[in-house]
Amino acid sequence: MADAPRLTRQTPRPAARQLSAEHEGFLRHRRFRWLKRAIALSLAAILAYALVDVQPRANGGSWLGYTLGTLGAGLIVWLALLGVRKRNMTRGSWSLKAWTSAHVYLGLALIVIATLHSGFQFGWNVHTLAYALMILVIVSGVYGVTVYALLPAALSNNREEMTEPQMIEALAAVDRQLEVAAQPLQRRWTEPVLAALGERAFSDGLWRRLAGGGRGTSPTQAAIDALNLAASEEADDPALLRVEALLQRRRAQLERIRRHLRLKALLEVWLYVHVPATFALLAALIAHVVSVFFYW
Amino acid sequence: MIFRLRTIETTAQGRQIVRDRDVAEGPVTLGRSADNTLHLADLSLDPHHATISGVDTGRVEIEAVGSLGFTLDGRQVRSAAINPQVGGELGLGGYRIGVSQDADGAVLLTIGLAAGTAPATDEKTAFSLAGRLPGKRTMSWLLALALLAGFLALPIYSMLTRAPKQTVTGDAAWSPGPLSLAHHQLEGKCEACHVKPFEAVRDATCVACHKDVHDHAAPARLANARGPLSAGDAVQWRIAQMFGKPGPGACSDCHTEHEGAGQMAAPAQAFCADCHGALKDRLPDTKLGNASDFGKQHPQFRPAVALTAGSDKLTRVSLDEHPREASGLTFPHELHLDRRGGVAQMALRTGKGAGLDCADCHRPTADGVRFVPIDMERDCESCHSLAYDKVGNTFRRLRHGDVDQMVADLSVAPRRAAPLVTGRQRPGEYATGGTYFARFSPPATRVGAVAQALSSKGICGECHTASAVGGRFSVLPVTQVSRYLGHGWFTHAAHKQETCTSCHAADRSNSASDLLLPDLKSCRTCHLGEAAPRGKVPSNCAMCHDYHLTQQAPRGVAPPKKQ
Repeated sequence: MADAPRLTRQTPRPAARQLSAEHEGFLRHRRFRWLKRAIALSLAAILAYALVDVQPRANGGSWLGYTLGTLGAGLIVWLALLGVRKRNMTRGSWSLKAWTSAHVYLGLALIVIATLHSGFQFGWNVHTLAYALMILVIVSGVYGVTVYALLPAALSNNREEMTEPQMIEALAAVDRQLEVAAQPLQRRWTEPVLAALGERAFSDGLWRRLAGGGRGTSPTQAAIDALNLAASEEADDPALLRVEALLQRRRAQLERIRRHLRLKALLEVWLYVHVPATFALLAALIAHVVSVFFYW
Repeated sequence: MIFRLRTIETTAQGRQIVRDRDVAEGPVTLGRSADNTLHLADLSLDPHHATISGVDTGRVEIEAVGSLGFTLDGRQVRSAAINPQVGGELGLGGYRIGVSQDADGAVLLTIGLAAGTAPATDEKTAFSLAGRLPGKRTMSWLLALALLAGFLALPIYSMLTRAPKQTVTGDAAWSPGPLSLAHHQLEGKCEACHVKPFEAVRDATCVACHKDVHDHAAPARLANARGPLSAGDAVQWRIAQMFGKPGPGACSDCHTEHEGAGQMAAPAQAFCADCHGALKDRLPDTKLGNASDFGKQHPQFRPAVALTAGSDKLTRVSLDEHPREASGLTFPHELHLDRRGGVAQMALRTGKGAGLDCADCHRPTADGVRFVPIDMERDCESCHSLAYDKVGNTFRRLRHGDVDQMVADLSVAPRRAAPLVTGRQRPGEYATGGTYFARFSPPATRVGAVAQALSSKGICGECHTASAVGGRFSVLPVTQVSRYLGHGWFTHAAHKQETCTSCHAADRSNSASDLLLPDLKSCRTCHLGEAAPRGKVPSNCAMCHDYHLTQQAPRGVAPPKKQ
């Protein structure tokens, strides 16, 4: 049954769909609406904590403690639901952007709420474990927001309008040319070239990717050095010079890939902490809440 | 010997192109250099890597020329001989050369590339961390399940399946904080108090150990005194009871645990003030004044005082009414404490120092809380001698506390010319036996000696109030109050740094009936309420009062009458 409100909703509303030439990221969404709300929430919690006199000392088991705890637990569950929500894009005031903005700022407000809930009582127990995991999640999230704000520009600069498959193909092309160009060389010179051809950026593990390569001289650089030596020994043999030039191109391409890998690793690695720690936090939170009521 | 070199190449469409080339005479040379019979474009090979030559026996010999060897059927060798009829496979770098015999007897060398040497880079995942780290989903599940198993499933399972009196395993991580000193032995035995899952700690659990603790007052009176709950409290209690919390009035309302090692904190005065702040309004028949804060609202002290001389009945009177004490003794404190009086002079001469101090007569109890009652023989007699006769070197003394005995003793005592005062003599010629000796004491009969002793200047009467009950000589009994404020936990030991006279004006007391107790105002010079400012002693209710009155409390309180 099409009633009046539903009809009006179907009519286009230009005001709500106003397009702006300027991009507004999730951090500045609606003039920091969620930052303001998060600050208001934190201040309210701090004010309540300061005014309510809990005896003998502030703890999570007072009425204020339970209120802050319920609020905090609700926030944690809601914040974790971003993982579900982000797979489902919509627009409007509950757009994914608004949701993400709220996720970031309310997540930061959680530091205040959960700390006040704890009453600054910490120990080696499941309760503090939940708190520590929550802080880990928030800190990794802050890292994520920071790298998302800072690194994409560097990533774009490094790519120089190449796509990822193009980067791989560019290296492969250099390698094929090296294979052919090195054929006339003596074996003592082909050995470093072969070692150089064996150097691959993609086989690097997490730490090497984050560091932008391994320690020591890379095989490609070693081959360049060896070929330079060969050229000086063999009176600038054109074949040697050609291989050396190709190796230089290989090194440049490899470095670009390594920088790309490093930036991508920096952009991705926080999620490998943020997401598993979130689920660990949810488990610890369940244990925290159930244990409190189990030993009521 | 004819060598047939067969190269097999695969086109992009997967079609195979086979090319044969016959070499009539050996040896066949192999290597990266273009001048070899068989040119193998592989950077890992020597320019001249190996030679293959025929031997008369029909076998084929392969010899490495450079520094590197090759593989024969996967084994690394530098030279090898192969019977072409049996066949074999040589490996040189990325190339595989099958050695066999063709139908026409020629040695067939099939040259091909080893497949799958370099793994292709997966363009979609190569740049991502996905393959480099354990998956997010896997890590999430593992961590969550591990935490739930260790911190939730294990203690719950242990609690539900344990044998009686067995402790629960794995619940240490549930403890939100150490227990207080008094409950320290229960540390790690959570189930001692948390008896049933999802049931709040009950009073019955506390009372199981604290058997002697009884109620503050009858439950009905307590409920009346508490009065109606405020709107906020009512909501809180409704929620608390929804979650199964006992109360109001449960042990755990006031006594909270897991607040850290050390002494359990005294309940806040608000717990007392809730009822006592306006107790008169809610319980009109109460004898107690309203009290909410020692510094602001507290009734004047009402010590138990002996108002009638000779009676041991103590009556509680407010200090505001300036009660007079009738202890039965007749001398004021000032008499003994005056630094310029005769007592001070006597003390000086008998080696007691420059006058008497409080401690010369008043001795604290072993715990320092209060004072032991004055004992005449111990505290007075060193000055107030009861000797009345001397036989040889032995003094005969009156027995203190027995008037009949005194009458009997003095009745048979010889009349003496001078009082028997050891060590005290008139000087020079005025002394006994001297030229000017004269006895000025009044002539006394035997009955007169008793009357004299009981007169206000006599040996008994200088301290006691004489009386005659039914014609018998007597003195009024002395009432010594060991504790004036029976409901308070006052202790002298805590006030050691004070002088006696800063609270008790004994040095200025010139009447035996002065009640030397400090009043509320005097205590408030140091003690104020819970929120006392700096420099004052914050004193909440529990500093002086006990909620659960026990036999050990300052004054024994009868347990509530059983219905």
